[in-house]
Amino acid sequence: MKKMLAAATLALSLSASGLAFADPVKIGMITTLSGGGAGLGIDTRDGFMLAIKNAGNKDITVVTEDDAQKPELAVQIADKMIQSDKVDILTGIVWSNLLMAVAPSAVAQGKFYVSTNAAPAQLAGANCHKLYFNAAYQNDNLHEAVGEYANKGFKKMFILAPNYPAGKDSLTGFKRYYKGELAAEVYTQVGQTDYAAEIAQMRASGADGIFVFLPGGMGIAFMKQFAQSGVKIPVMGPGFSFSQDVLPAIGDAALGAKASGQWAPDFDNEASKKFLADFQKEYNRLPSIYAVQAYDAAQLILAAASKASVSDADAFAAELKKAEIQSPRGNFKFNTNQHPIQDIYLTEVIKKDGVLTNKTVEKIFTDHGDAYAKDCKL
Amino acid sequence: MTIALALEQLLNGIQLGVMLFLMAAGLTLIFGVMGLINLAHGSLYMVGAFACAAVAAWTGSFWIGLVASLVAAAAAGAIVELAVIRRLYDRDHLDQVLATFALILMFSEGTRWLFGSFPLYLDIPPLLQGAVALPGGTEYPVYRLAIIAAGALVAFGLYMLISRTRLGMRIRAGESDREMIGALGVDIRTLYTVVFALGAALAGFAGAMVGAIQSVQVGMGEPVLILAFVVIVIGGIGSIKGALLGALLVGVTDTMGRFLLPKLMVLFVPPAQAGAIGGAVASMLIYIVMAIILAVKPRGLFPPAHA
Repeated sequence: MKKMLAAATLALSLSASGLAFADPVKIGMITTLSGGGAGLGIDTRDGFMLAIKNAGNKDITVVTEDDAQKPELAVQIADKMIQSDKVDILTGIVWSNLLMAVAPSAVAQGKFYVSTNAAPAQLAGANCHKLYFNAAYQNDNLHEAVGEYANKGFKKMFILAPNYPAGKDSLTGFKRYYKGELAAEVYTQVGQTDYAAEIAQMRASGADGIFVFLPGGMGIAFMKQFAQSGVKIPVMGPGFSFSQDVLPAIGDAALGAKASGQWAPDFDNEASKKFLADFQKEYNRLPSIYAVQAYDAAQLILAAASKASVSDADAFAAELKKAEIQSPRGNFKFNTNQHPIQDIYLTEVIKKDGVLTNKTVEKIFTDHGDAYAKDCKL
Repeated sequence: MTIALALEQLLNGIQLGVMLFLMAAGLTLIFGVMGLINLAHGSLYMVGAFACAAVAAWTGSFWIGLVASLVAAAAAGAIVELAVIRRLYDRDHLDQVLATFALILMFSEGTRWLFGSFPLYLDIPPLLQGAVALPGGTEYPVYRLAIIAAGALVAFGLYMLISRTRLGMRIRAGESDREMIGALGVDIRTLYTVVFALGAALAGFAGAMVGAIQSVQVGMGEPVLILAFVVIVIGGIGSIKGALLGALLVGVTDTMGRFLLPKLMVLFVPPAQAGAIGGAVASMLIYIVMAIILAVKPRGLFPPAHA
């Protein structure tokens, strides 16, 4: 008993010296750490843990588990984390189909969900929830930005995405802003590795620009094959297509490709410089867009936890919504549907000191929200 | 649509078919001789691609990488055969499926442990970079033509090996009657290891060739494995000739379906939906073809004569 008291006093004095949390916070991180999509999950985990480590607060604990990109596994892990680990907040899921399996039931059980990437339209509109926050974007945002960019100088676009919900959201988002003519709208299989048939159609279509949304290995395969095909039409896409996790594998074939993103490593603000330096020091590689999003998600949770107790859901949600953080992205605040309002930029793949990376070209949108916020009754 | 585009798509289909043949040949050979269903065949494809990418990055030469992929995949195949597969020949297919599925997981996590989770870089050798002009005015990537040529050479080589050499004779004998060639004094255990390593080397070769134009990443073998199974089921399980024709059929059907179906759908539905519906039907097309072929010829196009 004496020992316990001593330990408690010590813990109290320690926490009083740092940022005292009203209550300890336990976070459950479910992300993809094995299988083909593991690169994205590892960047998510590392970005998140960087912010937690920088905060150095003993009142916050994170349990991490691998969902192997399988919805049924993600659901099991979420149940276990809620019931036996007693987590207060869930986070980390990369893929929209997994998020749809986990987040609605987690928030229904009174747990917070702070998304680091996946942002399906369903949870941004009529089914928004006061305990569901998205620190990344809404799925359509980056595609909308490329659509807006394509209006300048492209008359006939060939657009392509995988045949699954996020792929359809992608082309919908692109078309919401693009006003020109479409040469073709093509849906490919998820996980497709050979794009010869589609590249041949691009060549024959007479398009003056190509928009592709092919995350992960699909994009690597497409860009390498496109570079060999002799087709000289400019390629553009959302940031994921040319993110830091895939660029080294695509190689020089990616040079010159235009993409949209809320962040690039050359951002000129203090938070971004610090994030970049810390991340490179800790993990010895360049961070991707997924790492930034997860870093901000952790910052948001830390900021809210220093002001309100996580057991008081309304107060904690109100603090989260204030978004009092220094984001590497620069401007960042929450919309009424608790999805970001942020600037979106055009980036270009370049080679700097022998490493492929993205540089910022221009700002496409300022304070951009999403099309679904009006349906959200929060 | 022009003749040139149709010709280009036909070449694309043949190239996909040839690549599938390299996978399916090993799979069907192993099933034909040993009666084993090897789900880990896709992992050997991945081993080939990773070996090629790692060695090419280290030495700077794709060609040394290609040799390394053959050696690594054959070695991995031989080790797996000696350590695990050997114990499975007398078990039923469910045990084989379970054990080889476990091998997939071990290969995947082992590869991640060695190489990390991010995809590796592997580029086409300078000799095969770029595109050449085709009759009709379009260009076609040299590397894809090289894949077609390599696949044709392998098909010819396999034919010669099986029909003209002593090893081939033993393989054919092993397919017809396992007990009998054992009784005639052929060392059947060594034969099985050699056949398994040969099949693995073919998969590794395919992985390395394809790795240069795709993503070299953990789990890259499984999508191809499914197509390879479709190929050998269509071709007749155990038949190399069936695997070749099945692979070409699947390759051309899949490519032409992806290309033509969305265009065909435009005649029936609005263009906005035609892409999505056409794409969805195209992705089912090879399975529809498989179902039709199995309805007419339940044992595939070229079932081996004996079984």
